[in-house]
Amino acid sequence: MEIIIVKDLVMRFGSFTANDRLTFSVAKGEIFGFLGANGAGKTTTMKVLCGLLKPTSGSVVVAGYDVALHPEKVKRNIGYMSQKFSLNDDLTVTENILVYGTIYGLGRAEIGKRTDAMLERLELTQVRKRLVKTLSLGWKQKLAFSVATLHRPSIVFLDEPTSGVDPVTRRRFWELIYEAAENDITVFVTTHYMDEAEYCDRVSIMNRGQIIALDTPQRLKQAHGVESINELFVRMVR
Amino acid sequence: MTALKGFIIKESKHILRDWKTLVILFVIPVALVLIIGYVVSIDVKDTVIGVYDKARDSESARLTARIASSGYFKPVKVITHDAEIAPAFRSGSIRMVVVIGERFGSRMLQNEGAVVQIIADASEANTAQLLSIYCEGVIQSFAAGEDVVVKPPVEVEVRMFFNPSLNGVYMSIPGIMALVLIIITAMMTSLSITREKELGSMEILLASPLTPFQIIIGKVTPYLALATINAVTVVLLGYFVFRVPMTGSWELLFLINFVYIFLSLALGILISSLAPTQMVAMFASLFGLLLPTMLLSGFIFPLENMPWWLQALSRILPPRYYVEAVKAVMIQGSTLEVVWQRLIVMVAFGLIYMAAAVKKFKIRLD
Repeated sequence: MEIIIVKDLVMRFGSFTANDRLTFSVAKGEIFGFLGANGAGKTTTMKVLCGLLKPTSGSVVVAGYDVALHPEKVKRNIGYMSQKFSLNDDLTVTENILVYGTIYGLGRAEIGKRTDAMLERLELTQVRKRLVKTLSLGWKQKLAFSVATLHRPSIVFLDEPTSGVDPVTRRRFWELIYEAAENDITVFVTTHYMDEAEYCDRVSIMNRGQIIALDTPQRLKQAHGVESINELFVRMVR
Repeated sequence: MTALKGFIIKESKHILRDWKTLVILFVIPVALVLIIGYVVSIDVKDTVIGVYDKARDSESARLTARIASSGYFKPVKVITHDAEIAPAFRSGSIRMVVVIGERFGSRMLQNEGAVVQIIADASEANTAQLLSIYCEGVIQSFAAGEDVVVKPPVEVEVRMFFNPSLNGVYMSIPGIMALVLIIITAMMTSLSITREKELGSMEILLASPLTPFQIIIGKVTPYLALATINAVTVVLLGYFVFRVPMTGSWELLFLINFVYIFLSLALGILISSLAPTQMVAMFASLFGLLLPTMLLSGFIFPLENMPWWLQALSRILPPRYYVEAVKAVMIQGSTLEVVWQRLIVMVAFGLIYMAAAVKKFKIRLD
């Protein structure tokens, strides 16, 4: 089942075309890597998919709703985590969880139950009353991911979730991503780490507003006769 | 609704947790009222003056005593020569000299027209004028009591209505209220919204089921509460510490303040929708709000004395209407029939700002 269906998406800002006739789809439960150089138009696409930007033309259906017509229904069914900001520093761990839970319409009892389970799983129970700013970046990002999936969205959008995080924590973070995918949460992730791209079910590479490659990492490497996605990326985007 | 409530609680927690800012928010208004209240109030009280008694008779001594007992002046310096006056002013030891003309007593008794000259240090023009008016008043009343003085050809009687002692604080309290409320509400809301933009957390909020309108309400509500507390503090300080009279109705005063806070909030949202960073929002608030409120609301400098174009400018800035309305209610005891026009003007300003802000906010989203 396709959970994201993008057809001929065009996004223009004045005379600048950020997305030029994008067409792709993402299956339910898939981990979809969305690669591209800085300024390739990834963030714009992500914003359109999340209902933050209205496309200039083309159709975008996310979680069964057209983003141009029902952005609010789309927003209810997605989770969003950005690299730039994830949690409120001056609130405690549990307060952060509570805020997001309420914003997504969960009841207090339900939030309490999910919070306990989540903290247990992340081994963060002992720091639940601490302010988020006292946590390390790695812990913060793991917590942020769990918060973004607290309301059990059908898709979670991750915008460079691991930038600035050490390799060990990145690996643990990807374990969380796999866990989510096993629970049928579709993961749409942008990253600049090409080793992470290898972990994805499928990856797309974007350049100057267009998708220039899209397939499983294995098949892409074979088709272009390269050893790694890193090599492929450098060759295609140059 | 519960999502909105959760969001408002979160925003309040942010503010409460940042106790340093919170203290500033509560202390600054109080400090402003006290400082400006005492500085701006140039009421005449125990002002040190000099007396140059050329007559040295019993009547001149009685006049001097009368001036001393008025409570306005303290004749501390005895001047004996014209040349002493300017140096005394320069040294700052006195601000005014009362010169009692020669043969004061006998001229007075013989209806020849006694002469008293008031020489004031006009390097501070406003104070000089005020002092001379007061002194003239004291001398007039002295002369009237004697019943023998030559009446001047035209007698001008000056009476200051509503504020008989020309108390500067009466004027400054509404002005400070205008200042404090617009800063707390407009500046703090604009900073809080631009901070979200800078941190990138605005994106998270926009990607959530909260609507832009709910986000704005959530951001603004805690500051509405803060501004209300500030308004009450400032009014009470003015009422109890500076004895500003409250002759009108408290309900009306509250209504005026509420409208003004609404207007300031709208302005804050507008600023935040235009300013990309906190720094820009800060400067926009300071130069766009603080200075015009201080200079063009009629609270420190009388609008009537300004060139026409500054007067015209003051007419398109809302604080002027607020200051006028508050003064009308507190000092003149005016009712709604008098201030409704100013209320309407403020509501109109608020709606215009709000409409512009919402339009701008939407553009940014699309």
